[in-house]
Amino acid sequence: MSRDTIVLLGVNHKTTPLAVREKLALAGGYEDPLRALGQIEDLREFYLLSTCNRVEVLFTCTDVDRAQRRVLELLFARTITAEELDRYVYRYVNSQAVTHLFQVAASLDSMIVGEAQILGQLKEAYRHATKMGSSGFVLNKLLHKSFSVAKRVRTETRIGAQAVSISYAAVELARKIFGDLAGKKVMLVGAGEMAELAAEHLVGQGVAEVVVANRTLQRAINLARCYNGRAVSLEELLGQLQVVDILISSTGAPDLILHKEDVRPVMRERRNRPLFFIDIAVPRDLDPAINDLDNVYLYDIDDLHNVVEMNKSERDKEAVKALRIVAEEQFKFDKWLANMASTPTIVQLRARIERQIRAEVEKTMGRFEEMDEARRQDLEKMVAAITGKVAYPPLHYLKNDNHCIGLQDRIKTIRELYLLDHHDNGGET
Amino acid sequence: MSFLLFQGSLVVYLLATAAYLVFFLSQKNPLRRTGRTIFLAAFLLHTGNIIARAVETGHTPITSHHETVSFFAWSVGCCYLSFRWRYTVKNLGVFVSALVLALMVVAALSSRAIIPLPPALQSWWLPVHASVILFADGFLALACIGGIMYLLQERTIKKKRFGLFYTRLPSLEALDKLNHHCLSIGFPLFTLGLITGSLWAKQAWGAYWHWDPKETWSLITWFVYAAAVHQRFTVGWRGRRVAILSIIGFLAVLFTLWGVSFLLEGVHSYVS
Repeated sequence: MSRDTIVLLGVNHKTTPLAVREKLALAGGYEDPLRALGQIEDLREFYLLSTCNRVEVLFTCTDVDRAQRRVLELLFARTITAEELDRYVYRYVNSQAVTHLFQVAASLDSMIVGEAQILGQLKEAYRHATKMGSSGFVLNKLLHKSFSVAKRVRTETRIGAQAVSISYAAVELARKIFGDLAGKKVMLVGAGEMAELAAEHLVGQGVAEVVVANRTLQRAINLARCYNGRAVSLEELLGQLQVVDILISSTGAPDLILHKEDVRPVMRERRNRPLFFIDIAVPRDLDPAINDLDNVYLYDIDDLHNVVEMNKSERDKEAVKALRIVAEEQFKFDKWLANMASTPTIVQLRARIERQIRAEVEKTMGRFEEMDEARRQDLEKMVAAITGKVAYPPLHYLKNDNHCIGLQDRIKTIRELYLLDHHDNGGET
Repeated sequence: MSFLLFQGSLVVYLLATAAYLVFFLSQKNPLRRTGRTIFLAAFLLHTGNIIARAVETGHTPITSHHETVSFFAWSVGCCYLSFRWRYTVKNLGVFVSALVLALMVVAALSSRAIIPLPPALQSWWLPVHASVILFADGFLALACIGGIMYLLQERTIKKKRFGLFYTRLPSLEALDKLNHHCLSIGFPLFTLGLITGSLWAKQAWGAYWHWDPKETWSLITWFVYAAAVHQRFTVGWRGRRVAILSIIGFLAVLFTLWGVSFLLEGVHSYVS
């Protein structure tokens, strides 16, 4: 008698390139995939999370391999090959799965560590799962726990408060230039991972619009959809400069795509409203001389690195603290799960003892149904009391921590001693 | 009585500046609140001092050097608090309290003797003209402080060398807004001050304009600010250039206030 296994399957920005992630992302919302998962009878409870950076499915089942195969077939196999599946999809089981979920919720697994958006997305995903009735006893507990872990990490560490990455440094600089970022417009030129990361962070800061320019327009459109932005072609770049405030460039172009002389007239048109250029391309996209213009600020990847270095030691300390919190909570949850495992044994044991006492009482006193009400109630009370007394020593043995014998072993001992797995000997019903 | 209040406010301004300075270096938030409270207390004491002085002298206390500089300091405090009430500009108080303290020290060092007002100055134009000009100067002083902070922060971001100021100074946008706000109040007030002065001159001395050094320098100052405001509102100058103009303009203001009085002779010289 073993409990269900918790399994987490998924892809994220660390394992999987954007091109593959794009294909896997669930464009049509949660309802259809959740309903489809409901058709797989191997799954007991399940929930599904899909964001720009990750697609993850978490479920409990008894036959891990079969369930996993069917889930992968359903969610991913239509879009990518089996070989790609093997390479990109990660699989966590039980406490690993719990740890991973906690880390995701606490934003330790995010592109931008410490960003707060992921918790909202997680809650949204959970809301859909509960609406479909697909999450049960274990997942409810697990997800609620992950929310509280995220909250603990946020309040007890300052992981969200420091510049934790290049993109964060860029955002911080933007805030020093523009003050409030609400209402500002961001343009992404070229769609690399870094650019995406910075854009995501800026969106988190409430920028008004994201414009994506790319050599291939299709790619620009795909990315723009991620941020509810719009796509333009690369030829429109100069015209767009009059409208946007922050430009993040990361094209693979071998030469500069924007020169000082291109920007100078734009500033007149902008009536000198500041422009912030972030060049994260290697080799560089933007003419370094642009920085000499008044009200124009240009940072390349090395400049940003220097900003990050200033905050690095602080960040590491906070991340360690956050991971410690996650480990602590995972340990607590595992204990809860383990105790769950002893519950059926306890129920069976009590039932068995009670049944035997009841049988003996009936042998002497006659059948319970035929007694008068007052007498029957007295005897029922007595049966319950004796059951409690007799069951106490084994239950005590099960529930109390014993450092020498693990819970699984103790459960096994009790089951053997009381013949709980012997069906023909008055065992379970 | 006014003297006591003056000394008191001077000491409390000193405390406020010290608190602000410690806050600026240590960035501990409770200290900022302390600094703000102390500054407000000093400002109230100072207000009391000016009222008491007016009662003692029997006229608006903006005639002697001591009174003028003290009133100037008060108007800077006033402008700051009025600004503070509408926007917050991070750590502006640190710089303002330092300027106010400096002005108060200058006031403390000059003679506090009460001089009876000559008949030419006994007019209700005195409070109107002098206080309007000094309030304008208060806003222009804030514009200058904003300008200095802007240049510091802009340099940090442009040169990419992040030192003491980067985290402690507000965003460029906030500083530019401060400049905008102060110029758009300070400049009209300054103009109004010039007009009232000229009307008063007509009444007291018979001509609108004498070309005495103070008047000339006021006009020069006016032109500097007119240029800044013009460029700002029509061409869209902002940031560094306007910040530099605001600083030059304020230097002209200071020269009009002191340089002219001590280096050049004229009808505006303080009664002494």
